[in-house]
Amino acid sequence: MIPLSWYLIFAAILFCIGLYGVLVRKNAIAILMGIELMLNSVNINLIAFWRYRSPDGIAGQAFAIIVFAVAAAEVAVGLALIISIYRRRSSVVADDMNLMKW
Amino acid sequence: MNFISDPITFIANWLGNLLLSWGLSQTFVTVILKFIGAGLVGTFGFALVIFTIWLERKLYGRIQDRLGPNRVGPWGIFQTFPDMIKIFTKEYITPVGADKVVYNLAPILSVSAVLLTWAVIPFAPTIVGTEVNVGVLYLVAVGAIGALGIILAGWSSNNKYSLLGAFRAVAQVVSYEVPMVLALLVPVLLGRSMGVNSLVNAQSVWFIVLSPIAALIFFTSSMAETGRAPFDLLEAESELVAGYQTEYSGLKFGMFYVGEFLHAFTISALTATIFFGGWRGPWTEQVPILGVAWFFIKTFIVYFVVVLIRISMPRLRIDQMLNFNWKFLTPLALVLLVLTAVLDKAFYLVLPSLNLLEAAIPWVRAGMHLLLNLFIVIITVQLLKSYKIKSVQVVAKPKPIAVAPEPPASVIS
Amino acid sequence: MTPEQIIFLIVAVVTLVAGVSVVTSRNLIHSALWLILALFGVAVFYVLLEAGFFAVIQVIVYIGAIAILFIFASMLTRRVMQDTGHQSNKNWWLGALIAFGLLVGITLVLVNWQGFTSLAPVLANQSERLSQLGLALVSPDLYVLPFELASVLLVAAMIGAIFVAGEKKQ
Repeated sequence: MIPLSWYLIFAAILFCIGLYGVLVRKNAIAILMGIELMLNSVNINLIAFWRYRSPDGIAGQAFAIIVFAVAAAEVAVGLALIISIYRRRSSVVADDMNLMKW
Repeated sequence: MNFISDPITFIANWLGNLLLSWGLSQTFVTVILKFIGAGLVGTFGFALVIFTIWLERKLYGRIQDRLGPNRVGPWGIFQTFPDMIKIFTKEYITPVGADKVVYNLAPILSVSAVLLTWAVIPFAPTIVGTEVNVGVLYLVAVGAIGALGIILAGWSSNNKYSLLGAFRAVAQVVSYEVPMVLALLVPVLLGRSMGVNSLVNAQSVWFIVLSPIAALIFFTSSMAETGRAPFDLLEAESELVAGYQTEYSGLKFGMFYVGEFLHAFTISALTATIFFGGWRGPWTEQVPILGVAWFFIKTFIVYFVVVLIRISMPRLRIDQMLNFNWKFLTPLALVLLVLTAVLDKAFYLVLPSLNLLEAAIPWVRAGMHLLLNLFIVIITVQLLKSYKIKSVQVVAKPKPIAVAPEPPASVIS
Repeated sequence: MTPEQIIFLIVAVVTLVAGVSVVTSRNLIHSALWLILALFGVAVFYVLLEAGFFAVIQVIVYIGAIAILFIFASMLTRRVMQDTGHQSNKNWWLGALIAFGLLVGITLVLVNWQGFTSLAPVLANQSERLSQLGLALVSPDLYVLPFELASVLLVAAMIGAIFVAGEKKQ
């Protein structure tokens, strides 16, 4: 049988890989990919906790569905913004969007 | 259980006992059996294509008043084998600058997306690849994987026109998933389950009687998903050379070709299963294996309609197709879903006070849903009439192109 | 080692390798493809956790829509077909340090929790779970409010994305 610890450690590693991607990559689209990895690891955590701690309840599953919807909405808006920025500035490198820096 | 009532379990048990008697462990035997089952499902799909390609070409020819293939074997039934040999022996030409991994992966994704669908279609009450209780959603999911194969094929060819063709193709495929899912939700609502075998079990009255509009929307959007005419903009043979498949040759193109034919047959199988009752027919309770025969008869009838539509209709433009989807099919599917849900709930609330016979309830329910569908059709036709083009707008009068000029007076006299 | 554990380990290794390739790949389209593999691995995990509905929703929403969005956005925002050059920041070592530190911190917190190595309880009434989830999402004393708010959010995101990324009419 698979203990809960395996799922939690796996989700933690996936979360940290996503965090590395967000902090380190130059391309704005690659940063969004890192955010997607983080959201997926959160979902795995939610479903694992639902399965192991309260399989008769429904809170874990409902929360996971809301996370799916929010992730989809966020990716749509994020990519729309990146495409719009590309049209103005011809670049999607995150370091180049520094007009608001002092 | 014996072979007639439950063939798959019978064969699986016999094979499992055989492998156990050779000294393998139980879990290993289970894994081997599952792999054999999956391999059989895939091989069955390909074997069907060999017959389907011949059928389509023969029908195509006959409807166009010519003979179709008739040289290789009686009535040309072995025609597919020379075609396969020809495609196998062609050279693979990889374009310069193409991304090799993605270029080779795209046809595999396209074909596997279609083969995966055959895992959940029930052929008989007990012959089904795997019984998933979210089977209908699984069908939508593997359709989404097919769209991925298309965009990868277009991008990895390093060809502007392939990329444009792939963009249009993915726009079409992803757009038509929306009314397909909404139309699939209507049988799920009426059959109270998402598993495909449960839907067939719930069809004491076929769902096409209960909801013909949902059947038509599902059929149309599935044809658009596949890229069959009149939606065959994906590989329009007379424009864009071959769309996203331009740079593929040999067996890779053969996989796209096989995938498309298998997909057309698969949507016939799905329509027959979900809306026409699948394996249901007379004498299926006594002899469950007879369900296979009923299933194939219904599937081939629907496939005949698919080929008929392909042969006889001209191609749609991309903006006509997308307008049709977003401005007509999606609102219609949404309205149908909401009204069907309301009617079904109202019917079950009113039912105890009606004192109907036990056997007549499904038929009364079917009649009420059919009336609702007719009502929606009448209202839709009335609404469409108000969008008719009122008059042709006159932009300019035709000017004469060539008029002989008046000869100057000095020349005449 | 039960077969479930073997499957878990194989899928976990594949998903983590895919995740690392997402954040270290030079070509953006290759990153998107590795992301698809990682998302598919997560879908297999949902099946292992006996949440088959979520596995299918994961494939439809993430792989069928979000990954295609990523591929489209990568194709629309690049000037040449090939992308070269280093893809990481100047301070990539600091990012790696922070990520590793967070991993160590989470592991320490989890190890000291008493429920860490619990095994899965046996599930009953499998067929009712899907309808139970559906009822929970629309019943007034359960989760109808987050559900409706999520739908409003999706409509707002759709309108916002069309407006932001649409062509400005001259």
